[in-house]
Amino acid sequence: MNIFVCVKQVPDTETKVTPTSDGSFIETSSIKWIMNPYDEFAVEQALLIKQSNSAANVTVLRVGSVKDTEALRTAMAMGADDAALVEAADNLDSYSIAKALKGAIEKTGKKPDLILAGKQAIDDDALQVPQVLAEMLGLPSVSVIVGFELAGNNVKVKREVEGGALEVYELSTPCVLACNKGLNTPRYASLPGIMKAKKKPMAQYSLGDVGVSEADRRVKYSQFRLPPEKPPGKKFDASDAAKQKEVVNQVVGLLRTEAKVI
Amino acid sequence: MDFALTTEQREIRELAMKFARNEMIPLSQSYDEAGKFPIDVFKKAWELGLVNTCIPLEFGGSGFKAVDGVIISEALAYGCMGMNTSFMANDLALLPIVLGGSNEQKKKFLTPFTQEFKIASFCLTEPSNGSDAGGIRTQIKDGGDHWVLNGEKMWITNAGYADLFVVYGTINPDLKHKGISAIVVDPKSPGIEVGKKEDKMGHRSSDTRGVRFNNVKVPKENMLGNPGEGWAIAMSTLDHSRPLVASSALGGAQRALDLSIQYAKERVQFGVPIAKHEAIQFMIAEMGMKVEAARLLTYKAAWLCDQGVRNTEVASYAKAFASDSCMQITTDAVQIYGGYGYSKEYPVEKLMRDAKLIQIYEGTSQIQRLVMARELLK
Repeated sequence: MNIFVCVKQVPDTETKVTPTSDGSFIETSSIKWIMNPYDEFAVEQALLIKQSNSAANVTVLRVGSVKDTEALRTAMAMGADDAALVEAADNLDSYSIAKALKGAIEKTGKKPDLILAGKQAIDDDALQVPQVLAEMLGLPSVSVIVGFELAGNNVKVKREVEGGALEVYELSTPCVLACNKGLNTPRYASLPGIMKAKKKPMAQYSLGDVGVSEADRRVKYSQFRLPPEKPPGKKFDASDAAKQKEVVNQVVGLLRTEAKVI
Repeated sequence: MDFALTTEQREIRELAMKFARNEMIPLSQSYDEAGKFPIDVFKKAWELGLVNTCIPLEFGGSGFKAVDGVIISEALAYGCMGMNTSFMANDLALLPIVLGGSNEQKKKFLTPFTQEFKIASFCLTEPSNGSDAGGIRTQIKDGGDHWVLNGEKMWITNAGYADLFVVYGTINPDLKHKGISAIVVDPKSPGIEVGKKEDKMGHRSSDTRGVRFNNVKVPKENMLGNPGEGWAIAMSTLDHSRPLVASSALGGAQRALDLSIQYAKERVQFGVPIAKHEAIQFMIAEMGMKVEAARLLTYKAAWLCDQGVRNTEVASYAKAFASDSCMQITTDAVQIYGGYGYSKEYPVEKLMRDAKLIQIYEGTSQIQRLVMARELLK
């Protein structure tokens, strides 16, 4: 059974983000990269399947810069068997990334039985790549999964919908699943795992190798900006009992017209 | 010269820091308050290979170097100095076997620690012999086909949970240092009385007790080296363990520095964050300078071990400087936090209490200076 896990490397959540001077992206030179936290659920799910099916092979894929390979190394230290990296700029759009992932899967020569990914990356929050990839491969897909069962070629997943309700889907492999928090508890990469990961194979491709060109770009970033600073909070003085009614009306009015919450 | 960590060392640190942040910091205060032994955290750390880092590859260990060991211990002490004392005590007890044991002894005593979660204690200090370790009174007598152990040990870390003791005693007190010998003792042997848990100022989650040996029979093959070689084994153990203890002080100091920076940026007095006041800036600068200097000394002391070079002098510099700095830095952290710092609602008072012990155990700051002077003036 061939399981592919797509991971993205994102800035650590404590990173202070600064846009580049031309506004095309953010400054990446001093960023500490981590594996996208939602992708950790995907890696863990793949490893859980591998635990009960020793014939399963887990390949982790990533499209992005080669300067740091943190995310792929972490996944292999957690227990993935091998990795493939497509070298690309870190500000590629979802369409190009999905196409590159499709190309990378084909390059490995392994027929995918299951493709897992995080439901979204915490940097651009686009929530697109798994679905676009499934469409390109002509495979069924479900996103935001919080439950997973595998029996032969049949997959049963639970998907979170608004209000805390769950939808249950039955699919057959091969399929693409995008994982949400709550699916499992990702393991730590153990120290012996870190040592072993050094010897695991990591294939490297260029965008050209996997059939992606500049013409595939659907989105061009023109201006990254920091959000405007929050205006200071308003204080209301209701200590004078005679004026309380007036103050309450004022607050309610502002909640309607300014904050627009009621 | 290269001050950079390898990719692998960065990954090791990453993992240990992640463990410290997720598994240790959230429990550190409540375990301290209750004096609860962190056996669950200890076991998790063992599962990830974060403890017993001194066991060589050929006996089932991960084959870490001394530098890797201090990187891990620094991170775990960042999580909790008290819990790290329990974890580190395993290495302290296993090191005499690594350094002074025969291959059979290493296989017999070290390998089980790599296969199962086990706890060990190093039994050197006695009620009347702390800094004067050469004056040990615990007796090891030849009982024919076994050794007979009699005496009392004090301040023994992990004693209430230990699966193995390494005990220092003397075959003849008149021989002074030359009579000291080290033996491996099964804590379940008849004649061993483990005392009550000490109620300490800091490191409250670590289990510290007295242990009494009454005519305890120990197999002949459990002696490390020959009778009378214990002192040399203890001294070379200290050369390896002092960088580890220094790294624990370093981790605690780094935590105090990080917390101080965070608080100084948040706390507003006279209309600006206190980090804008020069008085606070100078304290933070002093902390940063000491943390960095302690780190360089600690890593160098461990690196010398890895080069197979005698590191006694630098190991003492590292241990004394890191622990004295940790005391100063954690005290200043409480000062920066002001009244809040003195309250148990905030994490810095615990750091200050924990720092004190590192100036005392594994050779006091004064003993370290004695060692340095002897090395410098010989």
